[in-house]
Formats: sequence, structure tokens, C-alpha cells
Amino acid sequence: MSRLQVVSGKGGTGKTTVAAALALALATEGKRTLLVEVEGRQGIAQLFETEALPYEERKIAVAPGGGEVYALAIDAERALLDYLQMFYKLGGAGRALKKLGAIDFATTIAPGVRDVLLTGKACEAVRRREKDGRPVYDHVVMDAPPTGRITRFLNVNDEVAGLARIGPIHNQAQAVMRVLKSPETAVHLVTLLEEMPVQETADGIAELRAAELPVGRVVVNMVRPHVLDEAAVRAASGDHRDAIARTLASVGVTGGTRLVEPLLDQAAEHARRVELERAQRAVLDGVGVPSYELPFLGDGADIAGLYRLAKELRKQGVGA
Amino acid sequence: MTEKAGAGATGAGADTDATGVAAASAGPADDTDATGMTAAAVGPADDADPTADGPDGASGIDRAPVLELDPLLDDRGTRIIVCCGAGGVGKTTTAAALGVRAAERGRRVVVLTIDPARRLAQSMGIDSLDNTPRKVDGIKGSDGGELHAMMLDMKRTFDEIVEAHADPERARAILENPFYQSLSAGFAGTQEYMAMEKLGQLRARDEWDLIVVDTPPSRSALDFLDAPKRLGSFLDGKFIKLLMAPAKVGGRAGMKFLNVGMSMMTGTLGKLLGGQFLKDVQTFVAAMDTMFGGFRTRADATYKLLQAPGTAFLVVATPERDALREAAYFVERLAAEEMPLAGLVLNRVHGSGAARLSAERARAAAENLDEGRIVDQGGGKAGLRGSPATEPEPNELATAAAHPVPEAAPTAEPAQETDAPDVDVRHLTAGLLRLHAERMRVLSREQRTRDRFTALHPEVAVTEVAALPGDVHDLAGLRAIGDRLMAGRTPSA
Repeated sequence: MSRLQVVSGKGGTGKTTVAAALALALATEGKRTLLVEVEGRQGIAQLFETEALPYEERKIAVAPGGGEVYALAIDAERALLDYLQMFYKLGGAGRALKKLGAIDFATTIAPGVRDVLLTGKACEAVRRREKDGRPVYDHVVMDAPPTGRITRFLNVNDEVAGLARIGPIHNQAQAVMRVLKSPETAVHLVTLLEEMPVQETADGIAELRAAELPVGRVVVNMVRPHVLDEAAVRAASGDHRDAIARTLASVGVTGGTRLVEPLLDQAAEHARRVELERAQRAVLDGVGVPSYELPFLGDGADIAGLYRLAKELRKQGVGA
Repeated sequence: MTEKAGAGATGAGADTDATGVAAASAGPADDTDATGMTAAAVGPADDADPTADGPDGASGIDRAPVLELDPLLDDRGTRIIVCCGAGGVGKTTTAAALGVRAAERGRRVVVLTIDPARRLAQSMGIDSLDNTPRKVDGIKGSDGGELHAMMLDMKRTFDEIVEAHADPERARAILENPFYQSLSAGFAGTQEYMAMEKLGQLRARDEWDLIVVDTPPSRSALDFLDAPKRLGSFLDGKFIKLLMAPAKVGGRAGMKFLNVGMSMMTGTLGKLLGGQFLKDVQTFVAAMDTMFGGFRTRADATYKLLQAPGTAFLVVATPERDALREAAYFVERLAAEEMPLAGLVLNRVHGSGAARLSAERARAAAENLDEGRIVDQGGGKAGLRGSPATEPEPNELATAAAHPVPEAAPTAEPAQETDAPDVDVRHLTAGLLRLHAERMRVLSREQRTRDRFTALHPEVAVTEVAALPGDVHDLAGLRAIGDRLMAGRTPSA
């Protein structure tokens, strides 16, 4: 598995949940993963039901088997100040720059600087080593910006290296790009089996490929069990309401056809959804990217659900 | 960059379980009809889940007021509707559906969308949307309503501002500047500024009496509101003055001190960014100098416009934790900014016409069917042959069950002679019950998340939009969403 796992996806597809589950799944026995967040939303803290994460790597979960998951919410402003400090010993000057609005300028307005810092910090974590030469983190999982922006986000360093043609930012941008375009990195796209997310995923993959960024997997999330298919539902409709009502009554569920009617409506809806999912799966198959599939969590993505998804990912080969 | 702390704090607030909600249960106990379960049928799966009483009537929290959207659309005083919320909650579709409905009720509407989804353009009968409003054909209604739609093109909008506010030579210098080209092509933030700019432009043209806009898929909901201020503070800031200083203060004796500080700083920046880049930035800033003022004035004006009585914000969400957390945060932010909130549109809400049958009972009954247990007093075999049925003839079902199953229907076993209908009906009924149990689980989870929001913001009016099984492809689909938007409640709830 690649060292840097970037997880993107259309809004609402569960990208943060999948990233967290992936970090857990990769933290097999004795391994350590770092889960990083770049959009300042504190989604990881909310998912793990802890207080807001500071700009600091801290242990957030222990995986079954003893692996550890650390988390970091990257803050572009702090990353820039760190960076200035690291390269220029600019403690006080950094503060002065901040007062002048230069840091604001650099992290919010200046094209790309923010994204350079965010990707740069993640790549630094990938490259960081212990004194004995072992990597500090076996894997770094990034909860990245959504599909519509992911290529631009990852590719920003190319653009910045073009704008800032010399100097440390230029060098840093190029170093980051080397990691991002190598097999060390895999970019996964989370989708649902619905038309819009699938379309966006197909477009996203095309964009990533055009930019020569390494596409990892499609993660099909919230897959519902197919309890009844269309044929079964057809068989159930028609004039069999009374028979169904009697069968229900035989196990103590009374209510007659008044109850059967809405149950059949739900089944018809379900069957339609199964049909749509089948069509969307065919579209995804056409994209030619291997996939992971994760089940729908009826109770929502809480911590228990997260561990369940991690287990599911391991079953499908993550961390093996 | 202070938004983070705020967002975190809100998140914590929203997380504090606002319960006491689902526990106090009125429950359907009065109803002996659908709930008359025998003890045997309750079965082993029935761990008393306090939330299992279904989505309705079980809540100890007062219902939120219902958001009435037709009066809002019909009110000629409503000039701008802003749809905001987390990504993937259906903002754009909501905006388009409102546009269609308002137009068909006689308004002259323009929908400004930020979402580049082709599907949406196509659903309005336009192959692709661009930076110019296009008329949408097929709008019904006799009151002379019209619908136009456009999609924000950031770069085009930015270029137009430059062209409109600078003389040709200076405009060319700006447009060719590498820093400008990157900035305008859509780095973080640009989209928000340009959305505000476009909104201001559309309003100023006064060709439409209603503008419906969806907000950019931002990092966070804040960016849209913060854009004008951030731009303003940047433009007012010392930093930009310093950047421009070489051109302005050079030579003036009194400014020597500033110059020293300045060159120290540009020296640092130069080291960091590379000299050429800094020079590009300086050239760009100098060239933009004249139009920056106008830019800020307009951004301020648009901001004020958003606070004006003719504007209505709709916060869009789905009954999911993250989406509603973002919604709660937005509600608080709008209040703090004194921006007029009309209410919450809750998309993709699930309902059930059989909500009186709880998940636990449905699951237990399904298990009983699987295991062939009979619990009614009839003593007969479930299904057709043993029952004293009059209307549905056994044969009918046998045929129906056997024939319309084309192939490989995993749940419908191949019909076998006389026993088959029995097995099939049992199997189907068990499937229906399982589906229902799953649906009820989703319902109660959605109810819990909604209750949490309502507890925090009981004053916010809500309209619920029932989940659609598929996607929207045409005006008829948008119309159907519009109908659902107006219904206010899911059919069953």
C-alpha cells in the first residue's frame, strides 16, 4: 500500500468517515498511521467525538491488534509560521508579518500558497523518520478537498513551482510534487451509487489521470443490502395484498392491507433504487479502477461504525 | 483564520446530546390494530431501544415551525434568495427547483449556480450553462414569469471586472500578469469573491425581480460570508500598502523609516517566494490599484444587500449529523451578521406510511417467518392454502409468483407446484418486513438528528423534502421537487 493515501469524494459521500476508517484499517499490529485534515472543519474530532484538534499530532484511536492512529488538523497559517521558523529562524519577524497581514495574504489570497503548505505538511509527515531510520508513520491518510477540487489541490505545486521560479517555495513545491506523483501516493475517490457522485467520480479520475496523479481506488460507500429485487417486488404487487396481509397476521403483525400498501410502496422504492444502483455500478465498472465497497450504516457513522468499516476494509485487503 | 475555533465550539455545542427527546414516548400503544403483537411474536430481537417508537409522536421536543416557501416566492419584496449549506446536500437542485416554481408563479427569475454539474443545466433544457444568463424554455404559467439560468465562470467574471475598470493598456498588463492568471483561475477564495461580485452585478442590472443563488462548495460555509470582509481588510491592510510602497513613497524623505522596514520585508518575501514572483505580485497590485477601491466598494455593497429585507437565506441540509451541524453553525453565523434567515430546507427525509410498525416488531416477525413459526390464533399454516381466504385465489398467486420472475431473482424461489406460493409469500413478506425495519432505523436516526437541531434552534422554520429514489433530469423533476418543498412535511410524518 502506498505511504500517502489521499481520500477525496463529492460532498456528502462520507469522505471523512472513509479516511478515518482507512487510517484505522492501515494501523495493523504495531503500525502507526497519521490521519490529516486540511480543510479546517474539525471533521475528525467530531467523528471521534473528541474536542477540537489542535495543530499537533496526537493519538486519537487504537486499532484492533494494537496499531495506533494519530490525527492532525493542519492549519495553513501555523504551517507557514513553522516553515518560516524552520528555514529562517523568523520567530519575531513571523509575528510582525502576521500583524501586517502578510500571513493572511499568503494563506488566503496568494494563489496556491495555502495548498502548497497543506500538501507540504502531509508530505513532510510521510518522509519523517525516527533516529533509527524507520518512518515515523507507516501511512499518512489525508482527508482531502472534494473531488471537484482535488486535482487542482494536489497539482498546485506544479503551478506554484512555475510562478515562484526560484527560492525555497519553488524547491519545496517540486519536492512535494515528486512525492505526489510517485507510487508512494494513491488518490482514492469516495462515491455513492448515485448518478451525480458517480459522474463526478468518473470526471475526477479523468482529471487525475490527465495530471499524472496516481489514482488508487474508488470507494463505493453506503452500499445497502438488496433485500428484495425488482422481480420479487413485481411478484409481490398485483392482487396479492391479502395473501401478504394474512402472512403478516400469521406472525402477529395485523393491520391488513392498510399496512401492506405502504410496505409494498417501500419495496417498490427499494427496487427502483436497486435498479439505479445497478446502472451506476456499470458506469463505475467502465472507469476501470478497482474498488472497495463499504456498507451503509443504519445508525450513522459513529465510532462503532467506524471500526466496522475498518474491519470491512481489512477484509478487502487493506493493511494486508 | 479565526473561523476554526468558532466551528469547533459550535460542533461541540451541536454534539451535546439534546435529548430527552425520543425517550418520552407517547407511542402507538393505543392502537390495537397494527400493533397487536402477541408475546411470542416479539421474539428475542426485541432489546428495548428507547428510540424505537418510530419517527412520530415519540419526540418530547416541540415541532419546529413549518417553513412556507410559496408566500416567500410570491412576495414581490423578495429579491434575492441565497441557498447555503454543506456540500452534497442538494443546494443547487433546491435553488433550481425554487427558480422554476417562482417563474411559474409569475416572477422573472434568474438562477445563479456555482455548481458545475452538467446535469443541472440539462435538467433546465440547456446544454451547458455559462457566465451569461440563458432563458429556460418550457416554463408554464400565465403570469408572464420567466426563468433564466447561469453558471458562474470565475475567470470570466474577474476578467470582465478588469476590463470594465481599467483602461485598455492597464487591463492588458493585468490580464497578462502570471500572478493574476493563477489568482483568477480559481485558487481558494476567488470563487467566493466572484460569486458576490456576480450577485451584485445581477442585482444592479435590475432585469430580474428575483435572484436565486447557491453558494460555492466551500471549505466551510463561512467563506461565502467572509469573502467581502476578508477582501476589504486585505485591501485596507498595511501589507498591500507596503507591497505598493516602492512605487509610491520612493524618494520621499519622511518615509525612509518605512522604506527600511519595507525592504526588510520584501527581502524576506523575496527569499521565500523567489524574486520574480514577488515582482509579479507587485506589478499586479500596482496595476490593480485603481480598481481595487471600486472592488471593495462593491463587495461592501453586496454585503449590505445580503442584510437587506429583500434577501432571504435558506439553509439547506439533509438529516445527517454533519450536514445539520453545518446548518446550525450557519444559522448562528447569519444571526451574528444580521442576515435574514427564512428557514431550513431539510432534503432527503425518509418517511414511512407504516411508521406504526416498529423496527423491532418488523424484524422479529421476519425472523418468525423465516423460521416457519406461526403465532396467530388461526392455528393454520400461514399463506394461502390454509387460510379461509375468499378473494385472492391461491392459483392466482401461484401463477403470479411463478411467472413474472424472469430469471435469477434471488429472493423468489422457483415456484414448485402447490407448495410454492406459500414459500414465496412468506419469503416476500419477510423481505418486506426487513426492508421496513431498515427504513424505521433510518427514520429514527434522522429524527434524532433533527431533534438535536430543533432543540438548539427551535425558532428556525423547517420544510422537509421527502427523499427521491432517483435523480432529477428535467423541468418536471424540478417541479416535483418544488411540490415537495412546499409540502413542508414528509407524507407520513
